[in-house]
Amino acid sequence: MKEFTYERATSPQEAAAKARETLGAKFIAGGTNLLDLMKLEIETPQHLIDVNGLGLDKIENTQNGGLRIGALVRNTTLAADMRVRKDYGVLSRALLAGASGQLRNKATTAGNLLQRTRCPYFYDTNQPCNKRNPGSGCAAIEGFSRQLGVIGTSKACIATNPSDMAVAMRALDAEVETVDEMGRTRKIPIAEFHRLPGDSPHIETTLADGELITAVTLPRPVGGIHVYRKVRDRASYAFALVSVAAVVQRDGSGRVAVGGVAHKPWRVEDAEADLPKGPKSFSARLLADAKPTTDNAFKIPLVERTVAAALNDARQQ
Amino acid sequence: MPKPVKLEVSRRHLLAAGTATAMVGVVPGTKAQPQSSSQRLSQRPTGVAFEVNGKLRSLQVDNRTTLLDALRENLSLTGTKKGCDHGQCGACTVIVNGVRINSCLTLAVMHEGDRITTIEGLGQPEQLHPMQAAFVKHDGYQCGYCTPGQICSAVAVLDEIKAGIPSHVSHDLTVAPVLTNAELRERMSGNICRCGAYSNIAEAIADVAGSST
Repeated sequence: MKEFTYERATSPQEAAAKARETLGAKFIAGGTNLLDLMKLEIETPQHLIDVNGLGLDKIENTQNGGLRIGALVRNTTLAADMRVRKDYGVLSRALLAGASGQLRNKATTAGNLLQRTRCPYFYDTNQPCNKRNPGSGCAAIEGFSRQLGVIGTSKACIATNPSDMAVAMRALDAEVETVDEMGRTRKIPIAEFHRLPGDSPHIETTLADGELITAVTLPRPVGGIHVYRKVRDRASYAFALVSVAAVVQRDGSGRVAVGGVAHKPWRVEDAEADLPKGPKSFSARLLADAKPTTDNAFKIPLVERTVAAALNDARQQ
Repeated sequence: MPKPVKLEVSRRHLLAAGTATAMVGVVPGTKAQPQSSSQRLSQRPTGVAFEVNGKLRSLQVDNRTTLLDALRENLSLTGTKKGCDHGQCGACTVIVNGVRINSCLTLAVMHEGDRITTIEGLGQPEQLHPMQAAFVKHDGYQCGYCTPGQICSAVAVLDEIKAGIPSHVSHDLTVAPVLTNAELRERMSGNICRCGAYSNIAEAIADVAGSST
């Protein structure tokens, strides 16, 4: 691990200011992804700003009937909150489908949104990777791409976003609250938070330099049956090949976001009009522009089948 | 057969001696290196104080020191094991402020004021924790390397079920979870056992859960 200086932040605005003015600074919260990458020297921050003491660890009811989840709420705490279990079940389910008990106890809400891809070529420092070393090329496109993206990819990158939580939040239309170095706050819709790779895959979110996530808000509950289906190579503690977050209403309408297929949680609102017609026509519209590799072409029918299974789960509940 | 405790030089003592020797060896080297100001800043040890197994410990550590390395190298608590060092195997599991975490994926300096319990704090050979006794009774290990992590994790898993925290295999999110074999296996999936002692580990945990409820 490369050397770094360390400080404990005392306020969100001060943390944002410090991050902006200090060369090579990064925030650290749970640290479960950042420290892993620092040991491999994929991440080499020169300064760490510990935000754990900022008191952003509460889940509060909002005035319009939703929930405001502090950036530092741990994944276990969020999954176990009875308001989330009752009204946003898809979020609890997604969180519980991710990582291990130990990691969920440490990983935070904001950190989960900011975790890096698990593309094997991003992790292998002997390989070119535009995300790790911009301009060096992408070894994944011609490489072993079974786990990687099938839609929204570019010539520079076919990595996927590994988060389960973010897929549920996309289905729930969450918003990401931030503060900058001047103390200005803003709300970023989750749909606009993660970027597609384009020709700059190393820039993964729309956050500005130093901008700090303070909370994620959920709108008032939408009812319906909540399902999270995750297909992976083992039954527990593995990243998704494909995952489906679905909120289905009694009349067959609903919302469906898909994980494991793109650089961000994949949701096409227009395609949801086809949900009552069944998984085939919905999935065809959802993945209309897919460009899979030979290795991961199986994900196209797998999405359709996982959506079918999720809709079936919803009918039986 | 002589009992291992009668040996004059134990593996633990050898390890502790090795650590001290290595530290002495490092000092002249670092002094000889010319350093930039930022390097000097980071190499200056950071002070941190936390409670380990009921005792307050104050340390001066390099910022890069993980909690795992602080426990093993600075405090000579070598019961906690380093397996993968990347949060994938669970051998380094300890209980911090009542919840289990991977001690390899957290920095020692981030634990100011925390309460840490390691395998040594759960029980000692003359007074085993019920979970340690159950692992012995059910032969819940073969080589034993993952065992301290398995036991810390298992103790915390039973607390998580008591606290009503659901899991991936809980059928109904709105009711309190019940300890079943499927629940146990799902909740223990962050602890890998290369020897494959899983079925005996599950029996040991179920035994403790049965006797304490």
